[in-house]
Amino acid sequence: MKLVIKNGTVIDPSQKLNAKKDILVEDGKIKKIGTINENITTTIDAKGLIVTPGFIDMHTHLREPGEEHKETIRTGSEAAARGGFTTIVCMANTNPVNDNAYVTQFIKLKSKTDSHINIYPIGALSKGMRGEELSEIGSLKEAGCVGISDDGNPVMNSYLMRKALDYCRHFHLPIISHCEDHYLKGKGMINEGLHSTILGLRGNPSASEEIMVARDIALAHLTKAHVHLAHISTEAAVRLIADAKKRRVPVTCEVTPHHLFLTDEAVKNYDTHFKMAPPLRSSKDCIALKRALKENIIDAFATDHAPHSTLEKNIEFEEAAFGVIGLETALSITFKLVKEKVLTLSQWVEKWTLRPAQILNLPKGTLKIGADADITLFNPTQKIKINKETFKSKSRNTPFHGWNVEGNVCYTIVGGKVVYAYKN
Amino acid sequence: MHDLSRPDILSILALAKKFKNTPKAPTQAFSHKTVVNLFFEPSTRTRSSFEIATKRLGASSINITSSSSSTIKGETLIDTAKNLEAMNPDVIIIRHFSSGAPYVLSQVLKTPIINAGDGFHEHPTQALLDMMTIEEAKGKISGLTVLIVGDIAHSRVARSNIYGLQKMGAKIIVCGPPTLIPPDIQKLHVGVSHSLKEVVSKADVIMMLRIQEERQDRIQFPSKREYIKYFGLTLDTLKQAKKDVIIMHPGPLNRGVEIASEVADGPYSVILNQVTNGVVVRMALLSMLMKAGKIE
Repeated sequence: MKLVIKNGTVIDPSQKLNAKKDILVEDGKIKKIGTINENITTTIDAKGLIVTPGFIDMHTHLREPGEEHKETIRTGSEAAARGGFTTIVCMANTNPVNDNAYVTQFIKLKSKTDSHINIYPIGALSKGMRGEELSEIGSLKEAGCVGISDDGNPVMNSYLMRKALDYCRHFHLPIISHCEDHYLKGKGMINEGLHSTILGLRGNPSASEEIMVARDIALAHLTKAHVHLAHISTEAAVRLIADAKKRRVPVTCEVTPHHLFLTDEAVKNYDTHFKMAPPLRSSKDCIALKRALKENIIDAFATDHAPHSTLEKNIEFEEAAFGVIGLETALSITFKLVKEKVLTLSQWVEKWTLRPAQILNLPKGTLKIGADADITLFNPTQKIKINKETFKSKSRNTPFHGWNVEGNVCYTIVGGKVVYAYKN
Repeated sequence: MHDLSRPDILSILALAKKFKNTPKAPTQAFSHKTVVNLFFEPSTRTRSSFEIATKRLGASSINITSSSSSTIKGETLIDTAKNLEAMNPDVIIIRHFSSGAPYVLSQVLKTPIINAGDGFHEHPTQALLDMMTIEEAKGKISGLTVLIVGDIAHSRVARSNIYGLQKMGAKIIVCGPPTLIPPDIQKLHVGVSHSLKEVVSKADVIMMLRIQEERQDRIQFPSKREYIKYFGLTLDTLKQAKKDVIIMHPGPLNRGVEIASEVADGPYSVILNQVTNGVVVRMALLSMLMKAGKIE
């Protein structure tokens, strides 16, 4: 099986490539990059398109097993393919929790039958994600987990976190940390400030993130183990991470599209599609996050795709579930940063491909000869209006419905096979 | 009150005054109308006030009380409300423990809704009756300094009064322990004080609030004793107040806590006038809504 992608602008930060090239794919692998004159029947004309390594979402919630009414491995992977992702990494807070090799094996098996894209699981740090005892991290790794996290439940016990880091270092597994101080946050559900006061909703101060970021940096320094800080939302966190990186502490971090482009003001009509953890912060925080991306203090993008049905969202704000979906909007939304000249095209691609692959040690995120032919084709000038009714995801809880954006996914190719093609 | 305009407030208060000045005999103008009281939180004063207001207008009312949320009950709030709406009531009055619940319903229902208090967001009819009471006692609202004392963070009464009284030209000072003053409230152009003794002399109106223990799920101050020491209104504290000060309280009173009995029952107190005015303010609102079908 051969496939040629012709006349596209190939951008591959893993080999510092940014040029008009053709790509030849053979037997699911990248065979050649350059000028391809062979006569091959399967050809994609990529004129005017950006051709990149397949995009990776390092932070997805798939809800299977346990909450299949929100999302399944099948629908989640279809949403991912439509969003330009060839690889997604799914968090452990399923039911049952992915805290043992059997659940991991189930997810891997289900991925093989139900998904056309690559799915890598994250294993839970503690049994049942209760923050008490370590899960069997070695077995989780053997079964296929690429990172360890109690995402959704911050690990408040610093001793447990320290032991997990020490233990994970040996297995070369990063720990992904959800940074919110449980006690300080309390029942806080939106950013603490003027808007929480006006709405009469309990606030969650920036300090709850800052405290945990500082703690995790201290523990990463102590243990020399890799901590990856999930969905950073505050200027204060950025400042701490910048300092830690200067001191060569092994920390990396990610940011979501919603924390970059939305503020707590959006909550003003008690719209539960703007309720997530950590909460939307201030415009000052958004500016700091964008600058940190530009300066590579923030390593990667991630969606924190968190599907919820209307049962969990179409209710009182205080009762509604935390989280928004992002797989089908993330590329178009974050591409605004290129349009706004905050990021170069290469930086934008790198933070969705090479960096997530490096952080999680995935053999992905590159178009080097011999690599898996996971490729995304993106039209940088196509204008679209985001419409949640067109989503492949089972859920509709997006904060970006109705947004007009420029830039759209045209093809998603996994292992040399077209798994999604945009149809007008 | 955040979104109600000054002219709206004035017309509601004018109509309320008219009701107060006319005899109590029920009018039959609204005899074919039905009002639903949908209360998700215990209430004596507000609910009976709405009921009496409804009856004085000649309309009939039904009461539905529930204490469970969508998630516990298994039926969503929106479904409950839509079912009630399907029976064609003319007005739905809702009190809910969750901030924003009436707003969310107003977006999905066609029936006019009156917010009878939601979480610690707003309690607009309380603010309206407070404004009426202040105007009666002082002859005006504009230019007065209103001191609101107590648990501001968890008070919907405070929020609604801040918006309403500011629109009518009053100056607001909130006073309470730092732990019960919500963040960034000074951005709403209110003064903030943590000492009742320091600000009591500035006030034309003192509005005392109850400690909302049921809303304070966590530590807010060391002890009731210390709270009383700094924020309890006693005859002694009142010595420094203006001679024509009035004392208000939305109720229920915690005698001996935020307000001493001698103060609550004393000559400065207009607490029962507030309750009386509550009925006519609600009559005004109900009649406007039942006539027009919709104002807000």
